[in-house]
Parts: sequence; structure tokens; C-alpha cells
Amino acid sequence: MRYLPLTDSDRRTMMERIGIASIDALFDPIPESAQLDGLLDLPRQKGEMEVERLLSQMAAKNTAAGSVPFFVGAGAYRHHVPATVDHLIQRSEFLTSYTPYQPEITQGTLQYLFEFQTQVAELTGMEVANASMYDGSTGCGEAVLMAHRITKRDRAVLSGGLHPHYRKVVENITGFAGLPIDTLPPDPTGAEDIGSHIDGDTACVAVQTPDVYGQLIDLAPIAEKAHEAGALLIAVVTEAVSFGALKSPGSQGADIVVAEGQSIGNGLNFGGPYVGLFATRQKYVRQMPGRLTGETVDADGKRGYVLTLSTREQHIRRDKATSNICTNSGLCCLAFTIHMTLLGGQGLQKLATLNHANAVLLAQTLEAVSGVEILNETFFNEFTLRVPGDAADVVEALAKKGVLGGVPVSRLEPDAGLDDLIIVAATEINTDDDRAAYAAALKELVG
Amino acid sequence: MSQSRDTFTGNRGLEIYEPLLFEIGSTENCGVDLPDPEPVTSRLGSHARDTLDLPALSEPETMRHYVKLSQKNYAIDMSVYPLGSCTMKHNPRLNEKMARLPGFGDIHPLQPVSTVQGALELIDTLVHWLITMTGMSAVAMSPKAGAHGELCGMMAIKAALDAKGEADRRVVLVPESAHGTNPATAALLGFSVEAIATRDDGTLHADVVRDRMGPDVAAIMLTNPNTCGLFERDVIEIAEALHAGGAYFYCDGANFNAIVGKARPGDLGVDAMHINLHKTFSTPHGGGGPGAGPVVLSEALAPFAPVPFVVKDGDGFKVVEDTNGEAAESFGRMTAFHGQMGMFVRALSYMLSHGSDGMRQASEDAVLNANYVRACLEDLMTVSFPGTCMHEVLFDDRFLKDTGVTTLDFAKAMIDEGYHPMTMYFPLVVHGAMLVEPTESESKASLDLFIATMRDLVMAAERGDTERFEGAPHFAPLRRLDETAAARKPKLRWTRPEPIPEAAE
Repeated sequence: MRYLPLTDSDRRTMMERIGIASIDALFDPIPESAQLDGLLDLPRQKGEMEVERLLSQMAAKNTAAGSVPFFVGAGAYRHHVPATVDHLIQRSEFLTSYTPYQPEITQGTLQYLFEFQTQVAELTGMEVANASMYDGSTGCGEAVLMAHRITKRDRAVLSGGLHPHYRKVVENITGFAGLPIDTLPPDPTGAEDIGSHIDGDTACVAVQTPDVYGQLIDLAPIAEKAHEAGALLIAVVTEAVSFGALKSPGSQGADIVVAEGQSIGNGLNFGGPYVGLFATRQKYVRQMPGRLTGETVDADGKRGYVLTLSTREQHIRRDKATSNICTNSGLCCLAFTIHMTLLGGQGLQKLATLNHANAVLLAQTLEAVSGVEILNETFFNEFTLRVPGDAADVVEALAKKGVLGGVPVSRLEPDAGLDDLIIVAATEINTDDDRAAYAAALKELVG
Repeated sequence: MSQSRDTFTGNRGLEIYEPLLFEIGSTENCGVDLPDPEPVTSRLGSHARDTLDLPALSEPETMRHYVKLSQKNYAIDMSVYPLGSCTMKHNPRLNEKMARLPGFGDIHPLQPVSTVQGALELIDTLVHWLITMTGMSAVAMSPKAGAHGELCGMMAIKAALDAKGEADRRVVLVPESAHGTNPATAALLGFSVEAIATRDDGTLHADVVRDRMGPDVAAIMLTNPNTCGLFERDVIEIAEALHAGGAYFYCDGANFNAIVGKARPGDLGVDAMHINLHKTFSTPHGGGGPGAGPVVLSEALAPFAPVPFVVKDGDGFKVVEDTNGEAAESFGRMTAFHGQMGMFVRALSYMLSHGSDGMRQASEDAVLNANYVRACLEDLMTVSFPGTCMHEVLFDDRFLKDTGVTTLDFAKAMIDEGYHPMTMYFPLVVHGAMLVEPTESESKASLDLFIATMRDLVMAAERGDTERFEGAPHFAPLRRLDETAAARKPKLRWTRPEPIPEAAE
């Protein structure tokens, strides 16, 4: 077996040194009735070539996003990732290192996490950011729990524009924690008045912008309403490239910002691994979940970085910890940070402008198909399309024609009666030909 | 012992200082060339932002910056990484290549199901391997890491108790030796955590569990093999006692690498167990993540598994995404999408490569390596519990008594010798713990040098060579870091330096 360095003679020598006659002696503590005699009923070992063949056959059954005109978003986006990013994250020293518990020999990881925290804080307009959560949705759940700890209030209000999967993640964790949730109905036109749901019992209000339907939401009046009532505003962003185009949540008064960082540096990967961005105000830092990297000095006075404020965390505080999270999204943070380093502020703004322009062009192209309507007043790189008939059928039929045209709202909200809506995303990867192909296919189906 | 000669740059050969990117980047720079956007009428309304003041580096500068940072990291690919309970085994690059196939890496979680049949087949295949290896009934694939898996398993247990009308079972038993994530998870779900005593040999006695059973006990969270590196001999009786008392058995599967192909948790009476794909199945640790924590479930808990999950549908597969129909009893959703697909591909690539025979051999080698380290060090270092161990061996600091050297000092001196230290001060049940897990990836030659180094360090401590320990590390990129200062006045991000005022004299 190519991965196992011990030879049979090594094994014999080592067993002799240990003083056992057979390897099974080491497994004696396992109750006899549970010891497996033979091999598991699974195939035997395979060489690299055979494994590659098997897995490539499975992969070939999928339609890769890059192989077709592609407009699927709703929480995960296909962007171009510079080749440098994937090369660097595969360096052994990054890929095969672990949590930097020994800071003297993990300054590489610690410094990039410090850079990551700085970039995330700048993008979100917040004072501090942690070293990542699993993804945006779990970060959203953690933010609601954090607001409960800070305000000592129970009830959270969730906007109807929050990604339904995020809402379900929050409902799940708060349900188990015994905290009530006030969920507003799905809001495809950004018309809800969430401020009127905030009262003296409200711990927090969670609002997504751009929301799941692509609408841009003015956070400032909601923040004001929340703060008047002593509640916190959690701003949720599922498309991190939008930070390059839109006013930051921090500048509009958000208290906690959670975002899905996948769009920057990370591929689609069928939903994971992704990277949750989590930022807040300095005064709340001790209530934050997750790891934090901080600056310090070594014994010679040289600047260095360490994991810090770990008295919040499970390995120290155990059942009193702010969260049970241990592993984060280290390597995905690195991909995010390298991509952001290449882009810088200017580059991200240009990338965002390009995304927006492509979305505007796509909207114009699709609106020209008769019977098709766009719901949005405002949008960044994603909007909601109303089509005649069942949107899920349309999306499926589009796929048969070789166009991945978006996400039917009914897949996310099966019981909302919004069966004629498709959430459509455009990014910098789309070309004039892609847009024309989409419009032509749609016209054949509904025109 | 420190290097005496100064250099002009402060660098020492390959050891090169690297500033923060914010200190070397420029807001005028960009390392990505993008086409100019077509002029369009903006639909951003009043939401457009002003400038974004973040510096960039050009591509060659970016490359150097991160390559230099990488050179300040220790990694499995360099040498022994004996971090106990973390299973730092070799990460095959075939797995990286497979995860990057466009058919896996470049597919969207919400694409039409008809366009991702191969991805669902991969998940279904991985489920089959996990079920066969563990002898359990079902697997929840969506948890994003070990602790998330613990949360999943404990949610399933709480949902099952609620369904039986036994919501007043609120106590979760956790041994002192448990990972911190265990009590943190139980507390997050509103359980009250009760410590349960282990016996002098480091394992849990079934009688202790039997005596504690009552209508208030919901579950136990037990790591097996445990964090002392020992297999819980009474595990079957413990499971029987729990089940007889109406409680569930959550097993922390962090140490599954010791027993793959040797024993199945399902035969031990386990109700739920997470599997860290980044430990047992070699997906890269990546500097602290991402992980993946699928949870295998017993027949009793399977109906409560979270959505989404993959089921066979005629000749193909479908995804159950909503909590109705076949998922009517599901406790809900834990994450936006399907889990850590990128890790699933890598884990299955590992499993296919090893096969049933290779995985059993890997477990045997992991246990053999740990016992070899134990046998070669037990005369000089104090092994905490007598007898053989599983895939990791626990030492405590009794052997350092009266030397003035602490576990921390000892660990830092290992750094100077070119080794990443073992897990320190965990588990909490022994004083100054040193938990060594060599994994099956080490050759005998590699272990022999590691063992010789450890022996030399112990003898140095005994003969009073304290300089080797107190100031260590001497030869790392940085000396010992001041963690107290970092926590007292946290500086968690770079900020622009204040302009230097004119000298006022």
C-alpha cells in the first residue's frame, strides 16, 4: 500500500520491541464479540490510476458550471479565481499544517489569518472580524445566539428576504436552544416593514442585502429602529463580491455582519467547503464565536501573531464557551485572502462593477423575452425573474437545452406559492453569447 | 546558544522577515487584469459605495509574500506531526487532484438535480463505505466539521427524546477526559453537563454509568478510543446500561483511525458518532480547517437525521431537502447546502485507494507505531496508564519532577529539534499531559529518530541542562510569544499607522 511506509520486517522488529507476538494483541481491549475477523465487505486497495478512473467517471456525469452558459447563484457564485490562488493554497506548508497551537512554527498561518481578519473588517465596515466560521449560514446561526448573549433577550426577527436555507439553519439552532423566532413571510419585492416587528423584547433582527431575491436593502433605518429598541442588527451577505459595489453594512449601523466568503477565492464545490465571514464591533469581541488571531511580541521583542482570547472557546471554557466551534475554514480563508490581496480595494470594485454590468445586460436581454418579467427595482448581480408557468419546470427544461438558468424559488420555499419565480445570477464569467443563449432558450420555452 | 552575528536586513539565509501585506501593498496596485465593464445604467439605486481603501500586490509580489509566509509553517509534509487526537497523517495529492475535477469542484449546490447525478452518486457511495465501516444504519452528511457533527448527533438525540415525550431528560454525562467540544455542544442545546469519573486505569467503568442512570439522563458523550489513547473495555456494557435506562450513546469518533476495519461502532452499541474526515480519512487540515464531520446514526436515531440527504430514485438519485414526506421526522437543517463535498471526494479517494485491506493495515500500523513509541520511551518518560495503548500514547510530567522543566518547555525544546510538539496539557485528567499520536504515515526510521530525540531531551532535563528548555525555541522563526500580552490588549487587525508628528523641540 503506497501510503504506508512500514515494511513487514519493520513490523516484526517493532512487535518484538513491544513484546507481542501478533498485532492482534494490541487490539485485545476491544471486546471479543466486537472484534472483526475478516475484512470489511468493501473493495480491496487500488492504484492511483484505477481510483482516478473511477472518480473521473462519476465526475463526468455532472454538468460542470464552466461548460455551459451558467447563471445559478442564490448563495453560491461562480467567479474566476486567479491561478495563483490555487497554486499557493496547495503549498505543503499551508495545506498540511494544523491549527496554529504552536505559534513559533505556524507564523505563516497566523499572519494570513491576521490579514484575513483585517480584510474582512475593512470590507464589512466593522471593527473586528474572526478567523472564519464554517460558512455563511452557520455563521448566521451563531450571530443570532451571540445577540442573545449580548442583549439577554430571546426573540430574533428574521427578514423574509433572508436566504431560506439560512433561515432554516437559524430556526434549527434557536429551536434547540429554546429561543423564539419571528420569521417574516418570503418577500420577493423587498416590500416588508421589518422595523414594525422590533420591540423591547427583540434581541436582534437579521436582514440580508442583497437579499435572496437580489433586492438591495437600506439597512440604516432598520439599524436605527433596532438600536432605539435596544436590539442588534445582524446584516447578512451571501455574495461577498457585492462589498466592492455596495455601502458596507458597518457604515449603515450593523452590529454583527455575517457573510458567505466563497465568492472570493473559492470554487463552487457543490456547496462546501466555504468560508463564513464574521465581523462585529470591538465592544462585543468577547462574545464572539470562533478563533481570533492577535498581534503580540516574542521574547526578543519581535512582532508575531498568536491565537488569542481563547478563554471564550470550548477547549478552555468547555460548557461555558461562546460556541462549540473548533475547526474553522483555514485554507478557504487563505484562498479568500490571496484573492483579495491580488484584487485590492480597486480590483474588487472593478470586479463588482463588471458583475453589476453583466447583470444589467442580462436583465435587459431576458426582459425582452415576452411573458418574462423582472421583479427588482434594484439589484447587484442577481435578480428575480417571473416566468409564465412553473419555474422549476422551466429551469429543468433550460438545463436540457444546455443552459443552467438559475434557482427556482420553489426549491428554496416549496410552500410559499412562489412557483413562477427564478433567482438568476450574473457574474464576470458571463459573455454576450451566454446571455443570448439564455434568452433564446427561454424564448423557445415560454415565448 | 542564540546566533550571534547580525545581518544588515535582519534576515538569516532562508529565514526572511515578511511584513504584513498592508505594509507592502499599494491601493494603486492590482494583481488581476479584468476587462472594462460595458457602460450600463446602474441598478444600484442609492446603495453604491465610495472608495474601498484596501492595498493590493501584483502577482509576483503576491507569490513571494505568501511563499515567504508558508516558510514559517511546520507541516506534515516536513516531518513527524505527533499532535494527539488530531491524526496528522499523510494527505495524498491524488485526493487533491480528484476534488479539482470540474465535475466535482465546479458544480453548484442548487443546479438541477438531473445535472449532478455523479455528485449524488459519490455521496451515496461514501455513505455506503461509512455505513459498512461503522455497522450503523444511516449517515448525516451535512455537518461541516467534528464539532458540527457532535451538534448533529446530539440534536438527533434531543429530537428522539422529544418524540418519546421525554424532554425532561436534560443531563448529559461527559468524562473529564473529553474534548472541550463535547460539553460545549451539550450546553449549546440546553443540556446540563455532568462530569463522570473514570477509574484509575483511565477508562470508564460500566457500573458508574449504571449507578447514575435515571429519568433525568439523556445521553453520554464518550470518546472511544478515548483521549488517553485507550479503548473503553466496558463499552458494550456501558451502551447496555444507557439503553436500559432510556438514554443514548453519543460516541466522539475523533479517534476512529485506531479501529477502522478492526471493530465497528455499531457492534458496540453506539447511537451516534461523528467521523472527522480530516483526521481518519486524510483530508488536509489546512491550517485549522476546513474539516468535515459526517455522523453515523443507529436505527433509533436515523429518522431524525437533518436535511438534505441523498436517496436512490429509480436508476438515479435525488436530494431530500425539506422536512416533509420521507423526512417528516427530520430535526431540520444545519447548513445551507449539502456539506463539505470537496472533503467527500478526498475521503472517498482515500477509501478507494486503501480498500478494506489497506484501511485495516493503516489502523494496525497506527496502533503499532504508537505502541512502539511507548515501548521505546516508557523507561524514561512516565506513561500515564499501564499496558498497551491504541493509536496514541499519553505521557504526563512526572518524569520532569524536580528538573524545573515543564511540559511547555519540553514541547518548545522539541521545536528546536525540528519537531512539532505533541498535544500538550490535554486531556485534563493527568498533570502536564503529552499526548503523542504518530499515525501510520511514519516510517520506522522516522520514529527511531523521533524517539532518540525525545530520549536525548529527557536526559538533558534530568542533567539540568535547563537552557535548552527555558528559552526554547531558539531556532524557530520567532522565540516564545507573549500570549498574555496579546489577550490583555487585543490587537486583532492591522490599522493604518498614525502619521509621525514633526519633532517638536
